[in-house]
Amino acid sequence: MSVGLTEYLIVASLMFAIGFAGVLIRKNTLVIYMCLELMLVASTIAFVAFSRFNGTMEGNVFVFFILTVAAAEVAVGLAIIVALFRRRQTVQVEELNALKN
Amino acid sequence: MADILFHIFAFMVIGSSFAVVYNHNAVNSALAFLVGLIGVSGLFVLLDSFLLAVLLILVYVGAVVALFLFIIMLLDMQGGERKPFSKATAAAALVGSALLAVCVMTLIRSFGGLNAAEAGSVVPVGANLKHYADLLFTSYLLPVQVVGFLLLIAMLGVIVLSKKFEGLEDVK
Repeated sequence: MSVGLTEYLIVASLMFAIGFAGVLIRKNTLVIYMCLELMLVASTIAFVAFSRFNGTMEGNVFVFFILTVAAAEVAVGLAIIVALFRRRQTVQVEELNALKN
Repeated sequence: MADILFHIFAFMVIGSSFAVVYNHNAVNSALAFLVGLIGVSGLFVLLDSFLLAVLLILVYVGAVVALFLFIIMLLDMQGGERKPFSKATAAAALVGSALLAVCVMTLIRSFGGLNAAEAGSVVPVGANLKHYADLLFTSYLLPVQVVGFLLLIAMLGVIVLSKKFEGLEDVK
């Protein structure tokens, strides 16, 4: 058994970094939101890996709560995006510049 | 065997994360996200956390990705005519995320003792459903109640947000 905690943490951190890059470089609000979810899922990998290799239960329970909160968050966030689209007819972040100047 | 499966799932997760960021079409991004979630679920199975693997598929693939696809369909965005990101922001994001990855990996390397924990010697407590019930209904009872209330509030919030507001002026 050579795959240990480090490998899981490397996968989680790479996934988090890719999601972070996506949040920074994409311009479509929906894709940005998807990358945000990617970062959330990457953190759950780290939680479960730490929980498994330390023989504790708390990480698993925390991931349970993260999944619940993520479901609520996605529902609210997508409702906000739909309301934004109704009002401004766009989801590109460069055109959503009401707070600029 | 578990090592080969880990590498397959890890490649699946990383590759589909790249595909989410790189795809020009939002539908393709959502489907790549789905493939990545299946990979993460496989990693959870390898970590002996079967309940969370099933829950991830149910909640994320069944609800979140389906919701994303519905919203993409509803908004009917025209894609492909513009570049999804500019060169300057791409360079900035690459530098930023590379720094982040280096920081996290340095943090991992600095823990010398973590590699010693072999999976075989540690009892997989996450595999047993009874442990979840024990914790959720004793020491985590209050968070369970709070999360239930949060779901109720989120439902009310979504209903309020998707109502039409007639009297409001457009802030432009």
